[in-house]
Amino acid sequence: MTPEKLKLLDHVQAINWNRIQDEKDVEVWNRLVNNFWLPEKVPLSNDVQSWATLTPQEQQLTMRVFTGLTLLDTIQGTVGAVSLIPDAVTPHEEAVYTNIAFMESVHAKSYSSIFSTLCSTKEIDDAFRWSLENENLQRKAHIVMDYYRGDEPLKRKVASTLLESFLFYSGFYLPMYWSSRAKLTNTADLIRLIIRDEAVHGYYIGYKFQKGLEKVSEEKRQEIKDYTFELLFELYENEVQYTHDLYDPVGLSEDVKKFLHYNANKALMNLGYEAMFPSSVTDVNPAILSALSPNADENHDFFSGSGSSYVIGKAVNTEDEDWDF
Amino acid sequence: MTSLVTAAAGADAPGAQPEPRLVSSRLIYFSSVSGNTHRFVGKLGLDAERIPLHPTDQPLRATEPFVLVVPTYGGTGGAGSVPKQVIRFLNDPQNRSLIRGVISAGNTNFGDNYCAAGDIIAVKCKVPHLYRFELMGTTDDVARVTEGLDAFWTRLSQNRR
Repeated sequence: MTPEKLKLLDHVQAINWNRIQDEKDVEVWNRLVNNFWLPEKVPLSNDVQSWATLTPQEQQLTMRVFTGLTLLDTIQGTVGAVSLIPDAVTPHEEAVYTNIAFMESVHAKSYSSIFSTLCSTKEIDDAFRWSLENENLQRKAHIVMDYYRGDEPLKRKVASTLLESFLFYSGFYLPMYWSSRAKLTNTADLIRLIIRDEAVHGYYIGYKFQKGLEKVSEEKRQEIKDYTFELLFELYENEVQYTHDLYDPVGLSEDVKKFLHYNANKALMNLGYEAMFPSSVTDVNPAILSALSPNADENHDFFSGSGSSYVIGKAVNTEDEDWDF
Repeated sequence: MTSLVTAAAGADAPGAQPEPRLVSSRLIYFSSVSGNTHRFVGKLGLDAERIPLHPTDQPLRATEPFVLVVPTYGGTGGAGSVPKQVIRFLNDPQNRSLIRGVISAGNTNFGDNYCAAGDIIAVKCKVPHLYRFELMGTTDDVARVTEGLDAFWTRLSQNRR
């Protein structure tokens, strides 16, 4: 392969945060900074006993899932988010991408923290070897990397949003599953922090994608839309294979696929497109959904109830200071 | 913290705040420039008013009972979850007296904070948190909210009689 030079900005001006072209840049920067965390703050060692209750097969599955996630975070940190910088239209957007890139490297490193807490060196090496040899995982990486190398800024953002909002979820399923069974709960806490970050990343890159779309012709917009759905299908088919590779031995593949559909819809929405998978195939296991968010179930919807109950949300302590009443 | 001075002093920018624009829509919503909530409301096909983005924009004042649709910001612990623009809108006592329910948008990836803005407003304004949806909502969300709102307004008007 011919070595490629990373495309860099031709020209840089001192960034002035007192002159803002897009308020979203500041809002997202602040949100990312407020969400900052490090794996060292999560008491992973409390999961050692729980880890010992998993069968060797379940342990192996967990490690493989995490090496797969490590690969994606590594790509996003060293190539994906960085490749978006030359396409940025404001200097503040560039700064946000550097934040995203760094956080992806924190995510990638946090899996190693989990490994070193729970597993032996040999097991860790075996899992990384598996990640190198698994065809579907490697294909997933290749597909995304190809688009990052391409010369179309909008397509790069599509690939990046699909990675942030869709490709991680075959992996994220497992720690949510363990958490719903009261296993590896500290690990799940760490993964939830990653999940929260990826949501902001997907939202922001998807937003910038939509801003970019506004500037191109109707014809180009249609081309990009077709491309998006093609890429999603290509990644989806591969993702289904990958899911079977991982989860067939424990009988969870069908449950994982619902989670994939659900998240594919959210990835599309981040890009401004309508959800594609119908609700008949996005009915995620309620235990998984509530591991993700404790108030995501239907019981929280007034419209779904008998209508006689007068549901008022539980009191939340806000620190917002400008409520006058 | 909570100021005892009401309404007039609520304006956060010094100088003249534009007089509120009177609106009678039964659906009032906020959506940032990313427009997810705007898209969702558009799909409902109901008459709706959007709370303005900037403090210098003319604020809205409701004249009829309404349901508020609001996205959730922030990430943890409730602080910053309700958009400033919505707080400003609800600081108008007339708007507060006419709100009948809240529908919220969010993302389950935010865990505890999923749709927290709806919870906070429901408690503050003592109205039901009617529905939660993610991002710009699916066709199922649109159908449920359309039907739900219809039933909700019918019930309210019956109760009033």
